[in-house]
Amino acid sequence: MQKQAIFRSKLLPYALVAPQLAIVLIFFYWPALQAVIQSFLLQDAFGLSTSFVWFDNYVELLRDRAYFEAIVRTFFFSFAIAVSSLSFALLLAVMADKPLRGSTLYRTLLIWPYAVAPPVVGVLWIFMLHPSLGVLSRYLRGLGIDWNPLLDGNQAAALIILAAAWKQISYNFLFFLAGLQSIPKSVIEAAAIDGARPMRRFWTVIFPLLSPTIFFLLVVNIVYAFFDTFGIIDTMTRGGPGTSTVTLVYKVYSDGLLGGNLGSSAAQSVILMIMVIVLTGIQFRFVERKVTY
Amino acid sequence: MALRHFGAAAALAVTVGMTASPALAVTEIQWWHAMTGANNDVIVKLANDFNAAQSDYKVIPTYKGNYADTMNAGIAAFRAGNAPHIMQVFEVGTATMMAATGAVKPVYKLMAETGEKFDPKAYLPAITGYYSTSKGEMLSFPFNSSSTVMWVNLDELKKANVEIPKTWPEVFEAAKKLHANGHPTCGFSGSWVTWVNLEQLSAWHNVPLASKANGLDGFDTVLEFNGPLQVKHLENLVELQKDKTYDYAGRTNTGEGRFTSGECPIYLTSSAFFGNVKAQAKFAFNAVPMPYYPDVKGAPQNSIIGGASLWVMGGKSADEYKGVAKFLTFLSDTDRQVYIHKASGYLPITKAAYDKAKAEGFYKDQPYLETPLLELTNKEPTENSRGLRLGNMVQLRDVWSEEIEQALAGKKTAKQALDAAVERGNTMLRQFEKTAVK
Repeated sequence: MQKQAIFRSKLLPYALVAPQLAIVLIFFYWPALQAVIQSFLLQDAFGLSTSFVWFDNYVELLRDRAYFEAIVRTFFFSFAIAVSSLSFALLLAVMADKPLRGSTLYRTLLIWPYAVAPPVVGVLWIFMLHPSLGVLSRYLRGLGIDWNPLLDGNQAAALIILAAAWKQISYNFLFFLAGLQSIPKSVIEAAAIDGARPMRRFWTVIFPLLSPTIFFLLVVNIVYAFFDTFGIIDTMTRGGPGTSTVTLVYKVYSDGLLGGNLGSSAAQSVILMIMVIVLTGIQFRFVERKVTY
Repeated sequence: MALRHFGAAAALAVTVGMTASPALAVTEIQWWHAMTGANNDVIVKLANDFNAAQSDYKVIPTYKGNYADTMNAGIAAFRAGNAPHIMQVFEVGTATMMAATGAVKPVYKLMAETGEKFDPKAYLPAITGYYSTSKGEMLSFPFNSSSTVMWVNLDELKKANVEIPKTWPEVFEAAKKLHANGHPTCGFSGSWVTWVNLEQLSAWHNVPLASKANGLDGFDTVLEFNGPLQVKHLENLVELQKDKTYDYAGRTNTGEGRFTSGECPIYLTSSAFFGNVKAQAKFAFNAVPMPYYPDVKGAPQNSIIGGASLWVMGGKSADEYKGVAKFLTFLSDTDRQVYIHKASGYLPITKAAYDKAKAEGFYKDQPYLETPLLELTNKEPTENSRGLRLGNMVQLRDVWSEEIEQALAGKKTAKQALDAAVERGNTMLRQFEKTAVK
């Protein structure tokens, strides 16, 4: 069977993709181009005085130690968020995949957190773990732990990672569950008949068959950790204490919107854009080879 | 270009659709603000009263989110060519607005051009100083002003047998006693860590925060708050943070609940906190002047204000400016200022309004509402206590907070932290200077 469609007219295919192309151009390439242009400019907040400064904004960034720290921090956060939310979601999915009474209820409950917006997640966790407002903080202190993420950078970072990972678990869970259910039962049964125990069945049969899902989720999670954790950081720590929770995206926001330094902010966006392109490229080129579809 | 037209057309369609078609003779005046709750009611009432009092102009107040949101919305609207006529901007946005020559219409010019009666001397100098040039030209119209005060939980102080402290050493002693007597997590604390412990501290002790009269005399200002007084103060806080005699409560005012819940019996924050205290505190309370270091000569000086002012945006028609000027005159009215003061808890901005509230015996029941005024008018403002005007102030404060947090967490000494805060801040000021319109 032939998969390709054949168009008699040369114009028709272009006409068909035109709306899609127009949307991509207007909403993705146009703003991206604007960011590139802005990154070469030095401008006040009102746009009253503009001067073209070539690569000054970039040079300044590369001289800034805080910027490098933010890069390292962002990679660490992304890795921690992706790994913890992926592994926990997989564990939950494997458990919910078992024939249980009321499993639909569990599944529904596990999906719920995904519907919560990131800033709401932030507020939710503040009510649990804020040093003076938080319900859980009191217990932690009762246990003799000096819990104060307002001053302790490591605790604040842990808090952000926890909240961000928590929110992403539902999404990952959904895909893992679908992935697990699409694995033919006969394959697993055959392994069981051959005498493979549950752990071995999981690592040698189920896990490799899940690899496309894992790969897809890894990409999605890293992009999520890069960009969507902004709302959580803004509501929970606003980048503090010190600079211990300033990620690249948060820095774009605070320099651009709070500081009115649009040039530097745009330069950061461009660097971020390049970083994500490179990252995705690496993932598809090298990681994808290890994935069996 | 086509896109911009489309956006403008859409915005126009929405506005036309939403407002009942106005009579042709009425000039509309857009007023963007950041007031919520009871203060929003005050704004709406002021606009309604003005609209009812005459028929040529119609003031339309619009809530645009918190202070930073309102300012960003105004800047974005200006860039798109449809800025509001009046914009409420918080005090830390003053330098940004002031640098925007052409984007704003200075109030003193507006009043002169429209021939409205306007006497800058009628306003409290401690308030207008913040919004005026060094020559005394008023750039924006002060609207809601507050200052830092020390809130005290009288019941807890009594229980621990502590007098209301007046100086910093007394505060530390009181906090130690309170810490030992039922307040293990917080003897004293405060909000807006840089506002209270750097900006107000410096003004209150007549010590510069930055050169050029704290930036009022020019954008080529350099930060100077790593002097002995500020370093000593931060060292004290760092020392007391170790056992939570002092406990850091965050960069903004999110920690204020610690006072109303009774956790922290002494708390330094804005006088505008009064609404919440009144509604939530289940104990006797008062707001007293900020403490000072008695070994600093001449202390206390006078405090500086917080809150917001109204900026008039540039590029509007003569008729519109006439309406704006009339509205500002309307707001300056003594009775109206007394009303705003009583309804919102913010300070009256004219001397006449203050005198009237005092004559009415308003402060007998609510002495804590006079405290910020007494602080602001404590002495004639000096170069160091007239106000602050530093570019990128919102972000500057974040950078300073970051360094203070490092000191409180024990990662840097107080001196190292303040030196770093000054150095990083100066870099940002130079950046701002480069972009400011000359």
